Formats: sequence, C-alpha cells, structure tokens
Amino acid sequence: MDHLDQLEAQSIYIFREAFARLKKIALLWSLGKDSNVMIWLARKAFFGRMPFPALHVDTGKKFPEMYRFRDHYGKEWDLDLRVEPCPPIDAVDPTLPPAARSAARKTEGLKMALGKYGFDGLIAGIRRDEEATRAKERVFSPRGLEGNWDVRDQPPEFWDHFNASPPQGAHLRIHPILHWTEADIWAYTKRENIPIIPLYLAKDGKRYRSLGDQDITNPVNSTASTIDEILIELEQTKVPERAGRALDHETEDAFERLRVAGYL
Amino acid sequence: MNMLVTPTSPATPNGTTRPQVRIVIVGHVDHGKSTLVGRLLHETGSLPEGKLEMLKAVSARRGMPFEWSFLLDALQTERDQGITIDTTQIRFRTNSRDIVLIDAPGHAEFLRNMITGASQADGAVLIIDALEGVRDQTRRHGYLLHLLGVKQVAIVVNKMDRVDFSADRFKAISDEISAHLNGLGVTPTAVIPISARDGDGVAERTDRIGWYKGPTVVEALDGLEPARPLEALALRLPVQAIYKFDDRRIVAGRIESGSLIAGDEIVIMPAGKIAKIKTVESWPVTPVAGRQGAGRSVGITLDRELFIERGDIIAHANAAPRETRRLRARIFWLHDKPLNKGDQLLVRCGPKESRATVVAIEKAVDPGELSSSENKAIGRNHVGEIDISLSNPIATDPYTENPRTGRLVIEVSGRIAGGGLVLSVDAGQRAEPVDIVPVESALRLDERSARYRHNGAVVWLTGLPASGKSTLARALERRLFTNGGSPILLDGDTLRAGLNSDLGFSAADRSENIRRLAEVATHLARNGHIAIVAAVSPAREDRATARRIADTAFREIHVATPAEVCEERDPKGHYKKARAGALASFTGIGNDYEAPQAAELVIDTSKRTVTEAADEIEQMLKTSGVLFDELVDLAANI
Repeated sequence: MDHLDQLEAQSIYIFREAFARLKKIALLWSLGKDSNVMIWLARKAFFGRMPFPALHVDTGKKFPEMYRFRDHYGKEWDLDLRVEPCPPIDAVDPTLPPAARSAARKTEGLKMALGKYGFDGLIAGIRRDEEATRAKERVFSPRGLEGNWDVRDQPPEFWDHFNASPPQGAHLRIHPILHWTEADIWAYTKRENIPIIPLYLAKDGKRYRSLGDQDITNPVNSTASTIDEILIELEQTKVPERAGRALDHETEDAFERLRVAGYL
Repeated sequence: MNMLVTPTSPATPNGTTRPQVRIVIVGHVDHGKSTLVGRLLHETGSLPEGKLEMLKAVSARRGMPFEWSFLLDALQTERDQGITIDTTQIRFRTNSRDIVLIDAPGHAEFLRNMITGASQADGAVLIIDALEGVRDQTRRHGYLLHLLGVKQVAIVVNKMDRVDFSADRFKAISDEISAHLNGLGVTPTAVIPISARDGDGVAERTDRIGWYKGPTVVEALDGLEPARPLEALALRLPVQAIYKFDDRRIVAGRIESGSLIAGDEIVIMPAGKIAKIKTVESWPVTPVAGRQGAGRSVGITLDRELFIERGDIIAHANAAPRETRRLRARIFWLHDKPLNKGDQLLVRCGPKESRATVVAIEKAVDPGELSSSENKAIGRNHVGEIDISLSNPIATDPYTENPRTGRLVIEVSGRIAGGGLVLSVDAGQRAEPVDIVPVESALRLDERSARYRHNGAVVWLTGLPASGKSTLARALERRLFTNGGSPILLDGDTLRAGLNSDLGFSAADRSENIRRLAEVATHLARNGHIAIVAAVSPAREDRATARRIADTAFREIHVATPAEVCEERDPKGHYKKARAGALASFTGIGNDYEAPQAAELVIDTSKRTVTEAADEIEQMLKTSGVLFDELVDLAANI
C-alpha cells in the first residue's frame, strides 16, 4: 500500500462509520478540489453510489465555472443534490470584518439547511494542513445546538473510535479527509482522474489554489498549468494555501471566530 | 530499534519513496513542547513564508520576547493563557523521511487531548525541563505512551541553558526517567540535552553541550525503523456494515491485520459461521484480483447467505479470535466521575459494541505518583486493571497477540470516557468454532412473507402486572393467525417455567430474562414470524437492550392501564399477596416500573375493549410495515 492507498483506506473507513452510526447525514459540496475528492471517496466507500445527499450551501457568488461544474457532475455522478441559499449580508454579525462577514453568510445558510432537513451529521472536506484551527479538529466533531464548536471541550478520540452521539437537535461534523494535505489531494486527483474546475490551472501567470466566493478569493502567481506542475509548485512554494482567501487575514482571530460560530 | 513505523511513500511528483513517521511530543506543561516544535520547523526549513514575521509581530503586539510556541498555539485562548489546549499536527522533513509531528498538550486538564494525539503516533518525544526535572505529568505521559503501545520514546531534556548546561544535572534526570520507563518495559531510544529556545541539540550539537556525544533531536527522529507489519498477523476484518445497494450483498470493513483473497475459507465470529470469500468488490473497477492486506478498506461477497452484523469479525477458519463474555483490560480513565465496581458501561471493540458491567477493579493507580489507591475506584486520569462482563459475546484478541483488535474504548452517555488494552480473554464454554457450522433456514424470507403476508417482527407488550398484556397478546395472536399469519406468543411467565427457570428476580436476573426473551423473539422474527412478547419488563434499560437486539423488527406497545385498575383486577392475586408482604420483588406496588417514553403504541385497557385494542395494534403493524396487503421486495429490509 502506498501513501495514497493509506489515505484512501482511512477516509473510506470514516465514511462507513458515519453512515453506520448516524441517522441522517449529508456531504457538503463546495465544488472545490477537496470536496470533489470526497465525493469520489464516498463512491469508493459505497461501491459506486453516494447513499446520502450532496448539500451545496450557495452564496450565489461562486464563479460561473463552478456552477457549470456543479450542474454537470451533479447529474453525471447521479448525486442527490440539494442547493440551499444563504441569507443576505445584513442578517449577519455586523462586528465581523467585511470578508469574514461575507463568509459568515455561509454559516447561516448552513444552519438554515440543518434546520430544514434535520441532519445529525454533516460531512465536510476540511484538512489539518490548511489552517491552524482546523489542525485541532476531531474526525467526528460535535457541534452545539447553535452549530458552534467548543474547542475547549472536545471529546477524546483515539484508535479510530469516534464519538457519534450528538445531543438531541445538535449535529456532528465529520471530516473524512482531515489527514490529507493539499499535495495529497492533487496527487490523488491525478491518479484517479477526478475532474477539476479549470480555475485551478494557471492562465496568464495566475491560478486559484483555493476557491471561494468571487469577491473574497484571489488567485496566486503561478505558471502551473497541469496537475504535475501544481505538485512541483507545491514542493517548492512557501506561500500558504489560503493566502488568496481574504477572510483569513483581516484580523488575527477572524477565522477562529468564524469556526467557533460554526463555519467550516 | 522497534519503532512502529509504517513505511509509506508520500505523494511526490518524481516518485521518490520516503517513509512517513508520526511522532507525538509529550511532557509536563511548560517544559517546552511547542517551543521545540517551532524550533524543529525552523531548523528544517519547514516554515511557510511570512510565518516568522507574523510570529514576531504577534509577540511584539503582546509586549513579549519572541515566542516560538505561538506558531502552534494558534488559538486565541491558548495565546492568552499560554497553554496548548489541543493536539495539532504539522509536517516537516528530515534527510531521510517525512515527519508528522503531533503536538499534544501537557496540562493535566487536557489529558484526553494528549491521548487523542498520542494514539495516532508511531513514536514519541518526551520532554523534561532541566530545572524542574521529572514531574507527575512526565511520569503520567510515560505510562500512557506505554499503555497506548508507543514503545519507543526519545527523551529530550530541555532548557539546559537554565542549568548552565550541567552534565551532572542532565545525568541525574536521565537516570531517573530511564529507570521509570524501564520499569514499564520501555527503553528510551536516546536521551538528549537541548535548549529548544536557542537551538542547542535540536539540529546541531553546539559547544555548550560539547560533552554530549549522542544524536541531536533531528538525528534521533531520522533514525526510526519500521517494525513487523500488521500483514504478518492473522486475518482480522471487523465488519462495519453490510450493503445491498444492488444485487450484491457486500460485507464492508477495514482489514486490521493479515490479508485475504477471493476463495479463502473464513469464519464469522462470534457466531462461528463458516463461508468462502466469493469476490472482493470495489469501484470503479470490480471485482479486484490479488491479495488485500492490512489497512485496506474492502468489501467482500460470500458464497452463501449468512446473517452477519456490524461488529462481527471475519477471520481465517484456523486462526479465529476468541469469543467471550468476559475479559480483563488495562484502561485509562478520562471521565470526571470515577469508575467503580458494578458500573454499567458501553464497551466498543472496533465496530462492535456491547453493554458491560465492571465485575472487579484491580490496581487502580495514579500514573503520576505511581501509588496504588486503596478505594479500588479508578479516578479521572488514572489507570487500572478491570474485569468486564459483557451482555453480548464479542470476538477479540489479547493485545499481545494483536495490537489492533486487542484494544477497546469505553463510552459513558455517548461519549468516550476511557480506553485500554485487552489483557486476557476468558474463552466461553463453546466448542471450537471450526466444529460449529450453523445451519441456515432452507426457506428465504420472501417465501415466508408471501405465505404469511407479513414481515417478521417482535411485538413487545410492556406494562404493570394485570394491565392486560397477556389478554391482548392472545387476542392479537388469534387475529393474526385467522388472517393467515404466523404469530407466536412468548409470555414472560411461561418462559420462566422452562428456558429461564434458572433465573430469579434480582435486577441482573431480570435483565438476563429480558435479554433471552429478546433473543428468542428476534430469532423468530428473523425467520418471518411475529413474536408477541408479553412481559412486565419494568426496566427501561432492559427494554432498550431488547430493542437493540431485535433492531428494526422491534415494536413496543405500552399497556398503560392505571395502577389502581390493575390492582383492582389482580387476576393472579399478586397485588394482594404483595400488600400482605408475602411477595418480594413484585413490580406494581412501589415505583419500580419505568414507563416507555417513545413506544410505538400506548393502550389503556380501562378505556378500550379487547377488540378495539387489537384493532389499534393491527393498524400500527400495518402503518409500520409489518403487515401488508401487497407483496414487497423484502431484500431491502434485511
């Protein structure tokens, strides 16, 4: 078993645990490289189908390429796709800095979707190497009734034994690719020939490393126009993956505040 | 060396193979773990661009000297309190391998986080402050590493600058910790004097520790070697789920040890059923040829239809795990409330869960002080050896024979509260599983349901004595039979006369009584019959067990006739006897009946005729998918 085989086997194990131990789960599909890998892994885990819905919490501000991708592969992969809207910006905590406030719409949209469907588990494609607070996540991460994350009281989780009994009305976040890195995602995307949105590949000296809303995501300087070139670039770069995400950099704790409140 | 390192090759575009090693850094709070991690990242050139500047700015804003630990202590609360709350994972490279560093908090309050981090590690670095020396938490962490199976530990004596780089001070600490670890059967791979803040001994041997001839921290991490792979052990495939998305019935799980290939003869434990692996299924290409080894998440199909459930363990017929209702484990306890003899728990062994009772507690120890406590309860953050009796048989191995299946966790109120290693398994009275070949029914479920026009079910009537359970059960039995169905009455009292005649009326015996009723009823339901159970079954917990056993076949009916009416009826004269003090352990007088909170149906027989009540039950069985008019594909309900 090589490194990618090991990552894959571990993720499949997590998917099957989530499906076995929770009643009503959904996978959060942001259309980006990580959640596309997740859908692929889910289909591996369940022998070709994903036996739960893909939930796209839509800010309405994604790139046109992303919407095209969603509409095309939602059908081709035979997903039970649920597109859920987010509330307008004035419904969101006004004390947050602008980009974070914009992103917090997604947290609210997520809460609305949770209330609507009564999911007790949400599968999310966060990775430990993305960002320091995500590094501290559990694989099965309990959320409070308001969707909030209590980082000071996370249950123990060891030997792949996960806590899967959320209190009534609360839910769990399940993180099947927490242990992957950005380079792992690309190497696996290439190996498995998983389709990607072309915005990740360099055009005119720029490419997106991370895709979010159009108004708060910026491309990085890059000449990597194939996945092989991306992998070489990642070997050499010291620019963090989320450098192009404005909300991470507004204040020292902007991202942490968002996550504690329920952001991904 | 014998580090539990899995040699893997991380993704690199040019295809180089570099082993990946997971290392946890543990030790007493403030002994410098986060600082060492920050320093290691810096020395190996692993810091992202701009990070150093950001850390300088963060430190300056707080009016503090430069602090490496801010790198990992990313959370605001952590920075404010100056402690690491949770485990973080960070990667860097040495000359020969990729290291995943797991930074675990040292604060006693967060021991559960340290264990969460350390349980994923192949090796460990235990850090000790040169000035403070070996502390409680140092010993506690040493003990827990041992308990988690992390055998190889590198010791780092930090803050040598605070003791003027004294070789004598270093030797004293080195001797003390080595003796402690040796006592646990752990041999330190190295003991290294360092100053994490200044960099002495981390990547380089500086003049200030010129007297030290051993490896630096980076060299120590660079020298880890792989251990015996899990594939060399016997096959263990714990079943996570059975999927029937199409015409295949796929048994899914992760191979914890050993390997398998289509054609293998296997045994399904604890039931001891024998089968052959027909195919190994996958996606997008299926079936898969070739041998599948430990670590793989697989799906297999079998050559015959057997009842298999989540938590069963698939093994090769000649090397099966032991099946038991009783085991001894060495555990660490993380819950606020101490663990006591007699406590009821939920034990998880892989995907298998079972209710369990603590039968005995031996050697309750605070690993920080290494003193045995007298009261024989295991306190928070303490360890101990316990004997557990299980309500369902499980298949397991002592951890010395299989580190993957020989471990368990304990849940209290849905949350992991402790965990540990299986020391020994008290094998049941059964014959060797190779001699047992359970015979499956010759009939398929859909053949039976086509005749009876219903699915199998367990209809469980609970309520006070004389509430009308048996009357209703008999009326229902008659009606279902008249309609061509196959109902079978399991009256609690009737079964006590035979099958359960060895049981009395203690709480434990009552639980066992209910468990056996549920097992028999479930067996009937799985063979297409409707088992009607009439039993007081006063304990909510026991009925929950029955529901767990019968699973989706379970329908609970609360015969909620008021207590006064029941006592007035008193057809068996029990209330009268109990009032006279001649009937001990009688449910009905007193408050020991725990009414259901979410029964499928509630019936008050003082307000309904028997016919009306039977109508209601019949209606409920129809709407909940037990009785049907049209034939349906039963495979979907298996």
